[in-house]
Parts: sequence; C-alpha cells; structure tokens
Amino acid sequence: MAEYVRQMPSAASDLARRPAISERFHIDFPLLFLLVLLTLFGLIVLYSASGQSVASVWRQSKFFVIAYGAMFAAAQISVQRYQRWSPFIFAGGLALLAGVLLFGVGAKGAQRWLSLGGFRFQPSELMKLAMPLMLAWYLASKVLPPHPGHILVSLLLVLVPAGMIIKQPDLGTALLVSGSGLIVLFMAGMRWRMIFGAGLLAVLSAWPAWLYLLHDYQRQRILTLLNPERDKLGSGWNIIQSKTAIGSGGWSGKGWLNGTQSQLDFLPESHTDFIIAVLAEEFGLRGVILLLGLYLLIIARGFWIGVHAQNSFARLLASGVTFTFFIYVFVNMGMVSGLLPVVGVPLPLVSAGGTSIVTLMAGFGILMAISTERRFVIQ
Amino acid sequence: MPAALTLKDPYSESRTYNVRAALVLGLVLILGATLFARYFALQISEYETYRTESDRNRVQLQSLPPKRGLIYDRNGMLLAENRPSFVLSLVLERVPDLDETLATLQDLVPVSASDLKKFRNRSQRRRPYEAVPLHFRLSEQERALLAVNRFQLPGVVVEAQLLRHYPQGELFSHALGYVGRINEEEQRALDEVDYRGTNHIGKIGLEKHYESALHGDVGYQNVETNALGRVLRVLERIDPVPGVDLTLSLDADVQRAAYTALEDRRGAVVAVDPANGEVIALVSAPGFDTNLFVNGISATDYSELRESRDLPLFNRAVQGQYPPGSTVKPIFGLAGLEYGVVTPETTVRDPGWYTLPGEDRRFRDWTLKIRGTGHGNAVDLNQAIAESCDTYFYDLAHRLGIDRMHEFAAPFGLGAPTGLDTTNERGGILPSSQWKQRARGEVWFPGETLNVGIGQGYMLATPLQLAVATAVVANQGTVVRPRLVRSLDGEPVAVAVSNHVEASPEHWQVIHQAMHDVLHGERGSARAVGRGAAFKMAGKSGTAQVIGIAQDAEYDADELEERYRDHSLFVAFAPLEAPRIAVAVVVENGGGGSTVAAPIARQVIEQYLVEEVARRG
Repeated sequence: MAEYVRQMPSAASDLARRPAISERFHIDFPLLFLLVLLTLFGLIVLYSASGQSVASVWRQSKFFVIAYGAMFAAAQISVQRYQRWSPFIFAGGLALLAGVLLFGVGAKGAQRWLSLGGFRFQPSELMKLAMPLMLAWYLASKVLPPHPGHILVSLLLVLVPAGMIIKQPDLGTALLVSGSGLIVLFMAGMRWRMIFGAGLLAVLSAWPAWLYLLHDYQRQRILTLLNPERDKLGSGWNIIQSKTAIGSGGWSGKGWLNGTQSQLDFLPESHTDFIIAVLAEEFGLRGVILLLGLYLLIIARGFWIGVHAQNSFARLLASGVTFTFFIYVFVNMGMVSGLLPVVGVPLPLVSAGGTSIVTLMAGFGILMAISTERRFVIQ
Repeated sequence: MPAALTLKDPYSESRTYNVRAALVLGLVLILGATLFARYFALQISEYETYRTESDRNRVQLQSLPPKRGLIYDRNGMLLAENRPSFVLSLVLERVPDLDETLATLQDLVPVSASDLKKFRNRSQRRRPYEAVPLHFRLSEQERALLAVNRFQLPGVVVEAQLLRHYPQGELFSHALGYVGRINEEEQRALDEVDYRGTNHIGKIGLEKHYESALHGDVGYQNVETNALGRVLRVLERIDPVPGVDLTLSLDADVQRAAYTALEDRRGAVVAVDPANGEVIALVSAPGFDTNLFVNGISATDYSELRESRDLPLFNRAVQGQYPPGSTVKPIFGLAGLEYGVVTPETTVRDPGWYTLPGEDRRFRDWTLKIRGTGHGNAVDLNQAIAESCDTYFYDLAHRLGIDRMHEFAAPFGLGAPTGLDTTNERGGILPSSQWKQRARGEVWFPGETLNVGIGQGYMLATPLQLAVATAVVANQGTVVRPRLVRSLDGEPVAVAVSNHVEASPEHWQVIHQAMHDVLHGERGSARAVGRGAAFKMAGKSGTAQVIGIAQDAEYDADELEERYRDHSLFVAFAPLEAPRIAVAVVVENGGGGSTVAAPIARQVIEQYLVEEVARRG
C-alpha cells in the first residue's frame, strides 16, 4: 500500500517544478564536498606515508577515480531498484563468500580473494554493502518494531556471513559487516529488553568464541593490546611504534614529510592501516582534529539523509551505510592509538588500497541516491 | 490472527527511527570524543614521554672501537698492521626468519659449516642489537652481490672492520704472538665498556703482554638510524683513542738472517744488546703464519700445526728448556777464579776422563770417543774453555760444589725467567742441593755436581736465558733485563739494570780471552767459524745430550736416529773489546755445537754489526 501512496501525484506543484541539478544528477553536494576534502587530505598524508612516493599517490588517485565513478553510478540507481535487488545481491555475496572458502586465493596466511580471470576480487567487501541492503529490505518488509522471530532471522542473516568472513580469517571485515547489519536491526526499533538480552548472550558467548573461533594470531593481538610490552619486538612493536609516532607529534606535529617515526621506517604499515599515526606525527593533534571533524561531519550528513529519507528501507539502509563508515573510523583510530586490538581495518578513504575505497564510495553513492530521491510525500 | 491486526505504520516507524538516530548520533559523538581524548592524552599529556621515546628510537649510541697500535721493528719496518676487511654480520633482532636468511646468504657467499658453528656460538653471547659476524674477508664480488640483494636481506649488515695483519708472517710469529677473537672466558674478565666494539684481543706473546697499551680507548657516537639500523647521520662523536704504537728493538734483517741460517732445522736464536738488554732477534723455528689465528683458525689448519712433530707453535726461544752444555763453562770458570778454587795457572791432567776421589765411575771427556785420549797432561782454564775440556770442569765443579755454582750463576739470569716483555717465558733449572730436596725430595750426590759442571744433568736453560747470561759476561757483570719494546708511541723505555755480578776485572779478562780463543785461538773448538771475521768474537760452543748414554757404550751419531742426536748450542758476543751483541743459538738435534750452531751465531752477529757499521757510516 505504501508503494501505491508514494506514486500518487499528490503534489502537482512538486511535479511541475524543474528538478535541481542535485536531483537531476543525484548528487548530494554537502556530502560530495566533505568527501573531496577528505580525499585531498588523504592523498597529502599518503604522499608522506609512502616515503614520498609519487607512484603510490598516482595509484591511489586512480583508485579514487574508479571509486568516484562507482559513487556516481550507485547514485543513479533508484531506491526502489535497490530494494528489489537487495535479496539477490545478498545471495550473490553469500555465494561468493562460500567460493572464497572453497577456492580462495591466499595472501599473508589469509584467504580473502577470489581470482576471476586475473582480476582479484574480495567478496567480503561486497558484503559490507549487501548486509545493510539485505537487512533493510528484510526488516522494511515487516511491521516494525520487529518481532522476536524476525530478529532471530535478522541475526542469522548477520552471523552466517560474519562467521564465513572470520573463517578466512578477517576479523576486521567481519566486525564491519556485522556492525552494518546490527545497526539496521537497532534502527528498526528492536526492543531494549531484547537488545540487552542479546548483549548478555554475546558477552556469555565471548569465552567460547575466544577459545574456538579466534585464530591464535587474533588472540595474540588482543593480548598485545592489553600489554604491548609483553612482546616488544614482535606483535607489540607496531603498537609501541605507532603510539610513539602519535605522541611525539604533539599539538602542531613535526611537519609534513618530517615525521621521524614514519620517514625512518620505524612505523610499520605506515601507508596502509597505520597511516593515522603518520598524520598524527606530522600534523599533530590539529591534524587529528581536522580529520576527525571531517569524518564526524560526513557521518552527521549520513544520519541527516537517513532521517529525511522517505521510507523505512531507505532510512534503514542509510543508517547501515553511515554507521559502517563510523566503525571504520573508530576501529582504525582506536587500534592505532592502542585503544583497541589491531584488527586490520583501514582508515577510510585515507589508507592506501583500492577495494575498501571503492566499496565505501559506492556506499556514499547509495546515500546520495536516497538523499536525492524525488519527494512525492511532503513531510 | 495477530499479524492481520498489525498494520505497517510509516509515521510510528519514522518516529522510532528518529529517536534511535538521535541515540546513535549521541553514541557516535561519545565514541568520537573518546578517540579525541585518546589522541589528546598521547599528543598533549604524554607528549614529552613519546617525544623522548621517538628520539631514543632514532638516535643510537654506538661504540667506536679504537684502532689497535701498530708494531714496528727498530728500523721502522711494519711488523703488525691493521687492514680493512669487510665482514658480513647479522643483527638478529632485525632478521625476520633466520633460517631463510641464512639459506639466502649461502647462495651469495660461501658460508662454511665452521662459519655457521662459530656464528651460533657467538649469537649465544651477544648484546641486544649487536651485529654477530658470520663471514669474514668478503671479496669485492661478494660485497657487490650482497649490496644488490640487500632489499631481501633485512638485518644483514656488511661492515668494514680493521683486522690485524702480520706482513712478515712466520718470521716474527713467536716474537710478536698474535691476536684472536675474544673468547667467552676472556669476555668475562674484560672491562665491558672499554671492549665494547672490540672483537680481537692479544692472545699470546707481545700482543698479549702489551694488550692494554695496544688496545686504546673506546669512543662513542650518537647516530640517527632507521628502523633497519642503517646509520643515516652522525649527531655527536667522541673519537676513540688509538692504541699505542710499539717500536721494537728487534731488527727485521737480523731476524731474517737468523731464521734463514736455521734453514729448516728446529731451533732458536736470541740476540741481545748487552748495553741495554734490547732483544735484537728472537727466532724460534719452525714458525707459523700468525695471520691464520686472527679470525679463528680452521680446525684442519690448527690440528696440522698442533700435530706436527716439529712443534711449530712451541716458542723455543722462551719456552724451550735445553741442557746448556759447555756454554756455561765460562761462567763456572769465572766462579772458580772468584771463589779462589783455581787460578788461571792451575792445571789439570786430562786422560780423557775424570773420577771422583775414591770412586770408579769414569766421567768421560768428549774427546775420548774421538781421539781415545784427553786434552793433555796440563790443561789450564784458558785451554779448558777454548778446547772445551770436560775433565777440567768436572774437577772444578767438584771443588766448587753445587751450591756455590748455583749461587754464582743465578745472577746471570739462569734458573728464573728473565722477565722479557712477552708471555709464557720459562725459567729453566739451575740446580742446587736445596732445589733437589724441594723438587725431588732427594739428597744431592757429588756425581751430579760434575754433570752440572759441563751444563748437563739437571741443568736446563732457555735460549733467551743463555743470550742474557752471555750479555752479562760481555758486560763484565752488569745484568740488564731483556726487553722487546724499545719505545711506546716514541716514548723510550728505560733501561732496567737488575743486578750486578761482582768479579775482578782480571778474571773477566781471563774469561773473555778464553772465549776469544774459542773462535780465534790455534786450538779453539770453533776456530773454523772465527776465521776471516772482520772483528773479534768471543764465544763458547755446547753440545747437549738428548738421551743418557750408558757409561761405556759406544756413541755413533750417524747411527742414532736424528731425533736422538745431540742438541747443538753456541753462545757468542762481539766485538770483543766493546760488545754490541750477545747471541745464543740452539739447534735441536744439530750435533756438535761448533759445527752447526756456531756458524749461525756468526751470521747473526755479522748481519747486525755490518749493518750497524753501514748505518753509522
């Protein structure tokens, strides 16, 4: 019935109005502006973090061109179409994940890629979008707030792919994927007592998960977080070096290209997961505030889009995509500063690496599609 | 059917959503604030700590090993130097996978099994972040190969190191000794600070005796390094103080003359300047290449040296203890004169043997076997020394008694180490009745005195002791402690007069004349050697029995196996009027002293004196 109501030409003046550029090209300008700022800042930091390698910045720029392309493409697809496609995208993602476990290509002891004719593809990335799409589709089709049965189904929809990703093993992505699903469930109005019940269950199941689900290196990382000195030259090295880099940056930083920790190679993974340490060392707390500010503004814009979306599916989807982005930010900045265990989550849109950028920007494309949907219902 | 009753309510759903969105936004802000607090804590509150940490990270205190002092001979010829050599080392903390790295390295550089074994030993006792040497003396090509493959070999470093080198090789092996890598035992005894960065230490000989002077003082530098430990910049530097350069009194030409004269025989030559105790030559043959020991000799090389019957590692000059034989006769002759038991005119009848009063045992003179008779009916001291008459000295020894002989000969440097500035010197034996009581727990028999009278029996002396004793004779009594080092960094070493043998000048004259007659007299035992010399020499031959020959057994040198032949000895000084060099020569199993050892002594003396004359114009 909702569909029918929306397509009613209830407001003739609205139809007659010439659509604005933003609506015609489905661009959310505030969001685009913030993203471009972040991209530029990210490239500046990357130049320093990669050891002043123009090639790295060039490669990253090419990824950004693809990613912005993906964003524009994703923005052109209508929300209804996403809604219709959601279950198929999810099912496809699940099949690909199964494919990874069966015929995946390994790297550094993990099996995350599928090789399709020379092109390496990471299905868990697709899941970061497929998950909020699927849960938004599923829950929007139900009467909200969801019943326990629906919640159970939703949890299953989250846990099955998350479990498959942990098995690869890729704790960071599993965290992001399940976070993007659970936030949809929360936004759909899952009752508080159930939230607390599920939370209690999660805490209780943490111990067996520690024993049976986590790999030895994942356990090491958590132990190392609790006490980095435990293994000063081994797994503790990264955290000690990144904290030293961040701390020694102070308020104003050592200056661009002048970070001793990063330029003298003390900082491991300085251009990928640990890039925030380079930023903090060279730009100081001022730079961190600028970056964190940009991130929070993007997230705030995401929520604004969600709140102003026209139906439950769009709302839930918007919050799923936005919150996933926040998890990226929080987990990465937390792990590099020694607040959280090292789980291999890149700093969104700043760390070098193509796949996550393309997925993230496609997500922002979906947000733009939601934000620029033609409004037939005046709110 | 409850489902039919619950209709979808977009407005309520939107309301719930808005509440939840506010909550999540709140959570995002709280977590964002947490992140900010964390970075604030690190960058503002704990800034000083991390700033220091970051400086300490990049700045490293490195020790700079001092350059080891050089060693020159008296004419400024380099005997021990430091040559740059490239060493392949590993910093284990920075090697991700040791086995893999070693495997890669083995493809590039010939790392032997013993290299690996020693590497593992060294890695057991290293300081953190210390580079552990794996392979020494990299060739140019190996260095290039390593440089090309450096990117896949983290933790592998190639360092230039100064390595000790002995350009003269085996010629000075025993005179200088050598350095080697510091072993575990030495490591414990060493000053850890001063030897930080030093890998080698004097192991034996001069190198060991002067270790503290040669080593120098360690320096330091603060360097900026990257995480791989590569030095990028030197921030501050305290230079090491190089070790002291030693100038020796040894003369490379005389040393070579002595070594050449010994040919491939086993033996030793020691030459001393009687005026100041400076050792002019200190040769033990055969020698060995000391360079082999600098970085740890290979097991095969070492066992070859150790198991050689010629004992090349044995420093005969200071460690070899030989019966001095007749070379001690001048000293005992002087003792006889000084104690008044004989005068220069006293004569002894020599039928070819001597018997103690009331005993049958015949102590034979060496002439008995050759000529079937002795030296004649009236042998005086001059003849007894010049012709080396044993019977005279049997009689003299009997009259002196062992304890007076001991008392008189001891100041000459016999029976105790001379105190030469090297290691492992031995003291020989100058027997006395007390000594025998102490060492053997037995009383002294008069017959034993007779053997000591001709430098046999219990008596033992090193070639160095014989040279020093000869120098005392040449000096007419002044005992100067011998030494190898003439100056430290140009600072001359003081002459150490340690003793004086009191004897009347007339008596010294008698002895000098007799020793002169050994070489230049009509019947001198070494007159063949003295013939045609440009200066007057004084000397005394000696022949030391290696095995006891039964009283009446026939002795035929030709039939004896070479190793059982007599040792050949000769001591000499020259020129007679103003002695400038005193020499002792020992040739193991050489046979007669005047035929084998004496020519060597003359060659050494001539080399030195001719050179000196030439130098003085």
